[in-house]
Amino acid sequence: MRVKTPWTSSEGRASTVAPPTASPERAAEGGRPGPRASSAARRRLGEAAWGFAFVGPQLVGLVVFVLGPLVFAIALSLMTWDGFGTREFVGLENFAQQARDETFWVSLRNTAYFTALLLPSDLICSLLVALAVNNVRGKVLYRLFFFMPVVTSSVAVSVVWLWLLNGEFGPVNSYLRDWFGIEPPNWIVDPAWVIPAIALVSLWRGIGFTMVIFLAGLQGIPRTLVEAAEIDGAGALRTFWHVTLPMLSPTILFLTITSMIGSFQVFDLAYVMTNGGPGDASRTLVFHIYDLAFVDFEFGASAASAVVLFVILLVLTLAQLWAQRRWVYYEE
Amino acid sequence: MARPRPAALVWRVALHLFLATGALLMALPFIWMVLSSFKDISQVFVVPPTWWPSPAHPENLANAWNALPFARAYLNSAYITVTIVVMQLLTCAMAAYAFARIRFPFRGGLFVLFLATLMVPSQLTVIPLYLIMKWIGWLDTHWAIIVPAALFNAFGVFMLRQFIKGIPVALEEAAIVDGASRWTVFWHIVLPLLRAPLAALGIFSFLAQWNNFFGPLIFLSTPEKFTVPLLVAQFKGQYTTDFPLMMAAASIAVVPVLVVFVLGQRYIVEGIALTGVTR
Repeated sequence: MRVKTPWTSSEGRASTVAPPTASPERAAEGGRPGPRASSAARRRLGEAAWGFAFVGPQLVGLVVFVLGPLVFAIALSLMTWDGFGTREFVGLENFAQQARDETFWVSLRNTAYFTALLLPSDLICSLLVALAVNNVRGKVLYRLFFFMPVVTSSVAVSVVWLWLLNGEFGPVNSYLRDWFGIEPPNWIVDPAWVIPAIALVSLWRGIGFTMVIFLAGLQGIPRTLVEAAEIDGAGALRTFWHVTLPMLSPTILFLTITSMIGSFQVFDLAYVMTNGGPGDASRTLVFHIYDLAFVDFEFGASAASAVVLFVILLVLTLAQLWAQRRWVYYEE
Repeated sequence: MARPRPAALVWRVALHLFLATGALLMALPFIWMVLSSFKDISQVFVVPPTWWPSPAHPENLANAWNALPFARAYLNSAYITVTIVVMQLLTCAMAAYAFARIRFPFRGGLFVLFLATLMVPSQLTVIPLYLIMKWIGWLDTHWAIIVPAALFNAFGVFMLRQFIKGIPVALEEAAIVDGASRWTVFWHIVLPLLRAPLAALGIFSFLAQWNNFFGPLIFLSTPEKFTVPLLVAQFKGQYTTDFPLMMAAASIAVVPVLVVFVLGQRYIVEGIALTGVTR
């Protein structure tokens, strides 16, 4: 098989390099030793060398910047260290100390509350919007508008919403008062409303992303199924419940897992908008981790909290993956 | 399409109304941001709030730009992000090619390891990373931000591997028979075929890196080295009550990105959908 390629010399020299990798291995499998065997071994070595060369950079990244730090983090969680002085091995004391620490539990509670608020609203609102966008003309324009908040920096978003949600002169409250006649909460300043406020901003920011993924999922549903349902006399609602939703369930699973993981890691908004305040009302788990490390210089305790975060995410994800057998429908 | 029945028409109008309201809700904060950056402080406390600044104060933008080194921050963000994205695309494609096409020992286990790291939250590794950077002496340098991101992106490797597996092997085998080295096959045959996923990954990565706040927050301390998000946060810290000025700063940070987004939105949005749905 002679293919004209840029690197073939013009005289068409005979190939002295190995044929595709399949054949030396087939020869080896045939159990025939001989001159082929050692060159096969050399070829395998050459292949292995290429393999590691290609994987090399990412491998270095993996080991040096992920695995190494991961092991280091777990080790750190078993020590106390302030980054300068002596390190001291303390076993599980950091974990015990965090368990006794009220701010740890507050952070965890705030994060769970935030996730409980954001996750369902994000999924439901985005699905509704995706369904609507999927059924009208002007998809591209709508997609553009809904996606704008997604591409914006979380810091700039925080700054703008600080004014929008201001209790006295912010437009949100002014309109709530004028149009609905209710006395709206003082969003950022009221400890009871600060997490819902951050969830609201996150929802505003994240709908576009979730919606786009849902749209892609919706567009992957074969039209034949929907049409079959229509022919069978199913109304829009029944079609949705019995055709669309099941076909969408892998996407829903994917989004539930990724959104949950993302929600648990909320930091930017809590840090820039309220700095964890008022008091500890918007202190999230990642904020707690950051605070312990870079404000209190308790790297051991910080690492311990981070390990807890990791375990929580692991458990939640595994639980989701285990539960998927119950409700996720995969087309065979 | 059948001729629209009245019920269907009502339905379509209702959908458009719903979507238009949603789109407006998405856009209004930005409109507020830009308009309000022209206000002065006295206009902040007006109740009910006005949308249009009168009188307008365009000097807010100039003041915000000069108050903190924004030009520098844009330069920093730009070259950091571009460097990371280019390096990521290259190293991810290389690793993906190895995982998809080259047989080498531990390949399977290594790939599973890559996937497993997707589970690990970045906050777990960031503290040791900080200490490592401190030890190397890269704290408060851009290396601390560029190198880890440039050399590792498990998601990118995973996504590209799936795509490469979809390319017919025959194309590469033909070249190998002709004596092409692995690198030539990769560079001249496989890479050009990866244009779509590479573009998607590149855009996705660009957005994530440009807007990255936590990393620069931890590693950088000199304002001249800050990236744009970090500088805006600094702005907020310094001018907490000067809302119009903060809106100006936010506008400076957001509007160029939005312009780029609107111009390239088709690729961006489709790219995100691409990365999200490859299972």
